[in-house]
This record gives sequence, structure tokens and C-alpha cells, in this order.
Amino acid sequence: MQRRTLFAVAAVMVAFLLICGCTGTTSDPVSTGTEKQQLRIATTTSLDDTKLLNHLSTIFEKQYNAEVLVVSAGTGKALEYGQRGDVDVLMVHDRAREDTFIADGYGINRRVFAYNYFILVGPESDPAGIKGMEPTKAFAALREKGMAGEPGVTFVSRGDASGTHSKEQAIWKKAGLNYSTDVQGSGDWYLEAGKGMGATLAMANEKQAYTLSDIGTYLAYKGDLDLVTLVDEGDILLNVYCAMQINPEKYPDINSTIAKDWVNFMISDDVQKEIASFGVDKYGQPLFYAAQNDWAKIGVTEAEVTDPIK
Amino acid sequence: MYEIIEGFIEAARLIVTFDPDVMAIAARSIIVSFTATIIATLIAVPFGAVINFGTFPGRKSLINLIQTLYSLPTVIVGLLIFLLISRVGPFGFLRLLFTPTAMIIAQTVLILPIMTGLTISALSGVDPVIRDTLYSLGATRLQFLVNIMKEARFAILTAVAVGFGRAISEVGAAILVGGNIMASSFASSTRTLTTAISLETSMGNIPTSIALGIILLAIALGVNLAITRMQHR
Repeated sequence: MQRRTLFAVAAVMVAFLLICGCTGTTSDPVSTGTEKQQLRIATTTSLDDTKLLNHLSTIFEKQYNAEVLVVSAGTGKALEYGQRGDVDVLMVHDRAREDTFIADGYGINRRVFAYNYFILVGPESDPAGIKGMEPTKAFAALREKGMAGEPGVTFVSRGDASGTHSKEQAIWKKAGLNYSTDVQGSGDWYLEAGKGMGATLAMANEKQAYTLSDIGTYLAYKGDLDLVTLVDEGDILLNVYCAMQINPEKYPDINSTIAKDWVNFMISDDVQKEIASFGVDKYGQPLFYAAQNDWAKIGVTEAEVTDPIK
Repeated sequence: MYEIIEGFIEAARLIVTFDPDVMAIAARSIIVSFTATIIATLIAVPFGAVINFGTFPGRKSLINLIQTLYSLPTVIVGLLIFLLISRVGPFGFLRLLFTPTAMIIAQTVLILPIMTGLTISALSGVDPVIRDTLYSLGATRLQFLVNIMKEARFAILTAVAVGFGRAISEVGAAILVGGNIMASSFASSTRTLTTAISLETSMGNIPTSIALGIILLAIALGVNLAITRMQHR
């Protein structure tokens, strides 16, 4: 009797495995027989959470007969993966740390492909009263009210060394505060999520807290959120995305040809148009702006947005 | 409340329509954990037999060590394997990081101690009368082993089921060495039931999470049911 039940359970599991296996493999693109090139990308979470990267990699895979593997990790982790040689390409948004990374010889051929802006979002009731403030003043006010124990004033930080976290620290600094002593761990009003942008927005929404987000991820998640945009103007809120190769001199067996193709693909006219129009039909406005014609505005060189890698 | 009900309805739809994404994730989970369990079985059973029947100095301590490692935290295994197979690590040249193979390795390492330990218990639990009988009948070493294994087969199967249950339900190692990748081909993706639930829930994709959760639960409960049935024999 027991043995029969055992066999029944086993049979059900095997059947399930077969069904899964079949439906799973039928969703695969038909193998062309030739070995596909694999491109490993470590990306900031915003490009993945908004599905932009998914959209672009589908196009790329068709054009180049390649397979794109995306590890969504936040800029800090992405740089770490790059430094260890575990990926071929980085897609990040933290100019200062990119510069260091390139200066240290790990990254080459940086190209800027998109930009948008950071926004400070929070509950509609805005208990800290920061709506429409200049970013640094808004941050200072948040900290002051938070430290004073004003009810409902909570800030959720990415807390994951991502590009957004870097930007947040830069704003605290510009507001005249020392991040590690005045902000981090200064009280229960300041929480570190340690998660990607989408997850951090969801957390801020649960807690009805304030958080800094790139506008792209916010728009993509807006339907599920009660948070509203409170601060969205100020030069410091500029958010510039780049793609770069990992230096093949550091890691000779890295797939540098396909990596080069990817970076050039990102700054190509067609993809720039894709980026500019991505999400407009769904969200009523673009999630990202193409960098192509706005290089002066976003403070990068023309070569960085238009010159393909040779 | 509405979200939960709506989530369950959508989850049911994803399951009964065999949604390709959900099924691919479930299948990948089963394949990865099943492979890890088979490899671990091939190591743990002979290893357990050697420890159980062998007489060598430090045998007791070795058994103690194995039992201590039952509670090996999954993220520690993930970290260890990550350091070993990352490009700059000693096995970096194999380029295994962020592949299903990496997850299989991590899960194998994770479940080896408990499977070895349970194998030792299974073999030592065989009635001494049977052992004595085998000896007195002049069984060769191989015959002896084969017969003891036969006697202990259900207890060993329990060890296998426990190993599989631990492998398929862990998330810490899978996310660190797998990277939760959703690629266009089945074989390159590393998104499993646990990593997908973790990710989808944190990003608010509740229906998918519930659907994946139901499948994971069904697998885990199925395995547990099998274990219980075996133990009642």
C-alpha cells in the first residue's frame, strides 16, 4: 500500500517534470545549429526593472545571433563583477566610480547611451513638507524632521552601493551633511533596504516613506504605488547611463568582440530611437532620453555618445 | 485582501494554462536540484558506507563534523562557491559563475553533509542480526555491502529525499552563484522557483510569485509525503 503511494508520488513528479520540460524547451528559439555567442552583462537594476534592457537585448540577439545574459545587480555590484572579470559588459550610472574603474584599467570604451532624472518620491500627505523644494533643501528638511521624530517621516535608502545610492550620498554631501555620521544610522527615520530600485520603491510604498528613485523605474512601477513625485528639479538630479567593455587586456579570454558590438549597438541611431520611445505608449512619457543629441546638456563629450568603438 | 484573491486566480491561470515562463522556471528548478541530488547521492552513499563500516582514527570526529555541517547556511555555501568559481578565483578559468552548473555545484555541496550523515544512520540502523547472519554465511565484502544496502534502501531513499527537499527550497546559494538570469534560452537561464519568488515578490509581481509558490510547495510536500510514507514502513 505505502509502496504504491510512493510510486504514485514519484510518477506524478516525473510526469510534471516531463510536462515542464516540454513546455520549457518549446519556448526556446529554434537552435540554428551554430554555437551562439554569449554576452554577459552586469547592469544597474533600473535598466532591468523597467524592461528596457529586455526589449533591447531581444533586438540584439536577433541581429547578432547572440545570447544576452543579464545579471541585474546595481552599479556597485556590477562594478565588482566587472573588476573580477565575471562579465563582458557593464551598464551603469555612476560617473565618478566609472572614472575610477576606467583609470584602474578594468573598463574601456565607455559610451553614454541614455539619461533621465532622479526624483524624490514620498507619500501624498508629505509629512515633511518638502514638495517643490530644491533637492538639497528637501534632503536637509527630511533629516531634520526625521531626527525630530516627526510622525510619518521615514526615508528608505537603496543602501546597496548602487548608482542611485551614490547619488543619494552626493545630495546629502551637497546639503552639508556627512553621510556616514549624520545620516546613516542616525535614527529610525533612515532605513537601508539593500535591494534593487523596484524592490526599494515597493518597500517605501509599504512604509509610506520617502525615497530617491530614477524616474524610469518610478514610472514603470507607478501603477502599483501610492507614492507621488515631490522633488524633480535640480541639476544634481541628472542621471546618466553608460555602457562599457571590460578590458580584455586584464581578462584576455573575455568575449570582447561581442561586447564591442553591444556598446556600438547601444549608441546606434536605431537603438537611440528605441530608447527615446520606450514606454511612451504605456506610461505616456519616455522612461529614458536618448543621449545622442543631448551630450552637451548632460556634460559628456560628443565622442562618448556618437563615436563607435573601432 | 483583493490582491491576494486576485493573485491566486491569476496564479491558477498561470498553472493550468502551463504558462511557458512559469513552467520553464519550475522545470529548471527540478532539473538543477535533481541533478545536484543525484551527484550528491553518488558521493554520499559510498562515502557514508566507508565511514560506517570503516575503522580508522578520527572516525567519531568525522561523524561529528558531518553532523555539525547539517546546518551549513545556504548563503555561506553560495559565498564559498562564488569565491572559488569567480573569474579571479582558483576555478575561474572554468567560467562557471552565473550558470546552472554553478547552482548544481552549490546545491551538491550544500546537501552532501546531511545526505552522508543520514546514509550513515541508515546503514548503522540495519539490524545487527542481519549483519551477523551475512558474516556467518561467509558473504564476500561486496555481497555484504549489497545486502546491507538492500536492507537500508528505504532509509537511504529518505536521505535522498531530504537532500532534494533542501536543494530545491534553498535560495541563498542559487541567487549568489546563479545570478537569477532570465535568458532567451532555457539552458543559460538561472532563474529558479526560489530566486524568482524572492525577486517577483519584492517587485510586486504577486500572481507570478503565488503561482511559483504553489508549484514549489507541491514539490516540497510531495517529497515530504514520500519520506513520511517510507518511514512508516
